Amino acid sequence: MQPYDYIEIRLPAKAQYIGVARLTISGLASRLGFSYDEIEDLKIAASEAVTNAVQHAYDDKESGEVVVGCALFKDKIEIMVADHGESFDYEEVKKDIGPYNDQEEVAFLREGGLGLYLMETLMDEVKIHHKEGVTVFLTKYVGGKRVGQDAETVSS
Amino acid sequence: MKLQVELLEKENVHCFKVKGEIDAFTAPLLKERLASIQNLNDLQVELDLSEVEYIDSTGLGVFVGFFKKLKDNNGYMKITGASNRIKRLFEITGLDQIIDVEAMEGGNRDAAI
Repeated sequence: MQPYDYIEIRLPAKAQYIGVARLTISGLASRLGFSYDEIEDLKIAASEAVTNAVQHAYDDKESGEVVVGCALFKDKIEIMVADHGESFDYEEVKKDIGPYNDQEEVAFLREGGLGLYLMETLMDEVKIHHKEGVTVFLTKYVGGKRVGQDAETVSS
Repeated sequence: MKLQVELLEKENVHCFKVKGEIDAFTAPLLKERLASIQNLNDLQVELDLSEVEYIDSTGLGVFVGFFKKLKDNNGYMKITGASNRIKRLFEITGLDQIIDVEAMEGGNRDAAI
């Protein structure tokens, strides 16, 4: 695996902090050299994931935390958003992540309407992990996805 | 993060000038301001988004909800002042097929798309 820097933030599952997550990710993405447009895409996709997590966590127990983990590689950013307040063992979580073809998981996200659709459209990869809550996993490559480069990130 | 919604009436058109960021936190305010108009019959509405800096699916959802309400009452709604970013968001979601979106006048501040 390529070397990467990992940054994790924990936020109360409240709508007013979605913008904080968005700005943090925007700042990290600009360090990697993403274009203006790519950063705007990342802001939307990440906000969609955090919005889902905030709403889901709120439904469950009316309080809680959302954890946003960002792994910065030389040529890509990987963002994990979990609606349960546990920190990630980043490598472990990544091993368990698969494509989102499970009907149940998709049904949950589709409730949000356009959110999942936008994540799929604006990111290069979207995966969902459903165990003790929902974790959304987003990947975007600097300058667009290159063929053959993502082999190691697709575990299924 | 702030959102401001001003209602300006010009002739028979209700023009909402929206400024700031529209996300899950601010969308309820936008929805509330749009819902403040009592009589929707034959209402002509313009939503000026030229000073909107951010919008995601929650904002689009508010527009769609309001659009449907207007349509049920013979009303009409159009979006004006859309930046290339906002216009693109309407295009990739297919919403530009049902809602009229006018681009920002005098070129775009982010034309380098």
